Amino acid sequence: MSEVDELPRFPFPADAALEPPAEWAQLRSKCPVAHVKLASGDVAALLTRHEDVKNVLSDPRFTRPTRGDDAARIADSEEGGIFNSDMAEVIPQHGEAHLTWRRGIGKWFTAKRMNALRPGIAAMAEQLIDEMVAKGAPADLKASLGFPLPVWVICDMLGVPDADRDQFSHWSDTMLSMTRYSAEEMKAAEQEFGRYMAAHIAAKREQPGDDLLSALATDPEPMSDRTLIATGIGLLIAGHETTANMITKMVAMLLSERSRWEQLLADPSLVRTAVEEALRLDANAGVGMARYLTEEIEIGGVVLPAGTTAMCSMAAANRDEDVFDRASEMDLSRSPNQHLAFGAGAHACLGQPLARTELQVVLEVLLRRLPSLDLAVEVEDLRRVEGLVVGGLVELPVRW
Amino acid sequence: MKITVDQDKCCGAGTCVLLAPDVFDQRDEDGIVVLLDAEPPAELHSLVQEAASVCPAAAISVSS
Repeated sequence: MSEVDELPRFPFPADAALEPPAEWAQLRSKCPVAHVKLASGDVAALLTRHEDVKNVLSDPRFTRPTRGDDAARIADSEEGGIFNSDMAEVIPQHGEAHLTWRRGIGKWFTAKRMNALRPGIAAMAEQLIDEMVAKGAPADLKASLGFPLPVWVICDMLGVPDADRDQFSHWSDTMLSMTRYSAEEMKAAEQEFGRYMAAHIAAKREQPGDDLLSALATDPEPMSDRTLIATGIGLLIAGHETTANMITKMVAMLLSERSRWEQLLADPSLVRTAVEEALRLDANAGVGMARYLTEEIEIGGVVLPAGTTAMCSMAAANRDEDVFDRASEMDLSRSPNQHLAFGAGAHACLGQPLARTELQVVLEVLLRRLPSLDLAVEVEDLRRVEGLVVGGLVELPVRW
Repeated sequence: MKITVDQDKCCGAGTCVLLAPDVFDQRDEDGIVVLLDAEPPAELHSLVQEAASVCPAAAISVSS
């Protein structure tokens, strides 16, 4: 065990909220396959180069660790967190079954549907900004806008009534914990949410609405209730904290240097590429994606035996100088931008068009409504949230 | 420019459709890519190149 104790602990601590830990650049250049100790105490092989991360994530032989794999666990609770839970087990992870599941959900995330959602998302953003402005500056942009907006959007997609949005937020927060909540609290949140979803799905089957769950529940070849519940949980935790935190981090990055915000005010057509660049430069994206290697592979001259858990750091890969010119600089017009913030391959984020749409719409509305928006604290005083799978800021104090 | 798409590789992320809706579409039933214009006009070439390079599944090929 002493050898394991000496391994660097991953994720690495970072001093500045918006800057990457120094280890990423060091590992990319000197040790692209690095053995690290996770929060659980288990060991994984950390990948930091763009090419390696992309190759492993797109390799159809490998997928997220599942319970029978004897893979490294990410979290330090006995259960190993949401990624080792029932939810993660029920949704098919491999081959044809995964494809069928994914394509059944995928039709709800087409670009066409996303464009149709735009006016509704803009109206939600307007409403939340109105409420924030009414309370006066300074305000916490995370609590006022970043956090509620994605829950509202997901609740709409799942046909969940507005009154239950806060409860959804709480479940999502608890289920994604790595260290902040106890294993019992996480389990309880998962069970409560499961019971809510079971009742909700039954109600939708009786009286279908114009939402994703109604369509799935009344499909001629419906998924089992367990799979439907797991799908609901999956969509909530995949779509809530990730987007909520990304809205907050994106605005923080853009306001941390005034010239960026002014560039967007002068040319709002840069919103699309600015969103991609914020996704690429997110230094606080979370742990990354784990892959369980079911057979031996060679990465960057290092042979990883079968049974290894590879930890793919997309955030480190997104700063790889071999792929991105002036990789550490924020270029709001960067194009093309081959960042891996949404992963790659058959398991690439299903909700990426929704995330993009939310981020673009929020930014457009903020630029239009609050052109004088500014940080109400120094960048150095921004603090990271610790202990969740998804990285974020504790709060984002702003004025206008 | 000549474009080909591989529907077996496509993961339905819709990135290409958001970038170049005149060239790419998605099937209504599962979100998988549909090629609308295999030889698009010159003014769309840079967007198509971008769509090919950022496709998460590497499902779009472009030849000159």
